[in-house]
Amino acid sequence: MDTRDATIINQLQGGFPITERPYAEVAKTLEITEKELIERLENLLAEGLLSRFGPMYHAERLGGGLTLAALHVPDEGFDRVAEQVNHFPEVAHNYQREHHLNMWFVLATETAERIDEVLTEIEQKTGCRVYNVPKIEEFFVGLRFEL
Amino acid sequence: MGLTARDQQLVAAIQGGLPLVSRPFAEIGARIGLSENETIERIQALLADGTIKRLGVVVRHHELGYRANAMTVWNIPDDQVDELGRRIGGVNFVTLCYRRPRHLPDWPYNLFSMIHGQNRAAVLHNIEHLIERCGLKAIQHEVLFSRQRFKQCGAHYIDAPPHQPVVARMHSPSEGQA
Repeated sequence: MDTRDATIINQLQGGFPITERPYAEVAKTLEITEKELIERLENLLAEGLLSRFGPMYHAERLGGGLTLAALHVPDEGFDRVAEQVNHFPEVAHNYQREHHLNMWFVLATETAERIDEVLTEIEQKTGCRVYNVPKIEEFFVGLRFEL
Repeated sequence: MGLTARDQQLVAAIQGGLPLVSRPFAEIGARIGLSENETIERIQALLADGTIKRLGVVVRHHELGYRANAMTVWNIPDDQVDELGRRIGGVNFVTLCYRRPRHLPDWPYNLFSMIHGQNRAAVLHNIEHLIERCGLKAIQHEVLFSRQRFKQCGAHYIDAPPHQPVVARMHSPSEGQA
């Protein structure tokens, strides 16, 4: 990745024009050709520096359920519980974090109602109390990752 | 939830990414039987009503050298949370900022922010800066560094093929996003 790639990433984190020739438009502001922009994006995706070039959806608007939840898992049972939790296909991410509440996972379900069902199943299976912390309000962030 | 069958098809067609061709919206339209103009109009409408939060690149923080991240949580008086949430969200190294419920007495925190950095020291430095800049000295907070990532699915929102009811499986790029 060179400085031009960094400029492209910084620019495109902020958005993308929805027009007939969007790459040409972005390329013009970066003073490169459309072809170069497309090739560089292809490379950044191939190298895995970008996971995707596309939309971020508002999951609830699509009809699904989404939440963040935490567990306190005793050290000696950690691997077992991680396996039990990850076994649910609705668990999208799961991180171990340094806190008394040491397991944090994101749940994404096909319907909003399914969230509570899955959390109850996780409590029953793991024997750990679930702390459910669904989003109440989102504060705007630029989502720019300056490189 | 208000999405027409056509919009569901459109959402499914672009979820994996936009085609890297000169006229991407013509190509997407061709896949689902819309003209280029109709595709552009529908995507603009989905952006305007918030169904699509934004369109652009999704970076892999870790691969870009941002190897540490901390979910930093704050216990903010309810009557200040809107004001301070907006302030924290406005700082450039904060990638996510959400209000969430407390679970008293175990969990008093009601504002979650995700802070990335090249390493732990950089993350902690950013948090100090944030406290200074947003006037958070009196606010109780904790920093939850990640130790291990067990599972991270790729971005995938809709499993259903066209014409099926929409199925949202949002796998956000970072856990704070849920």
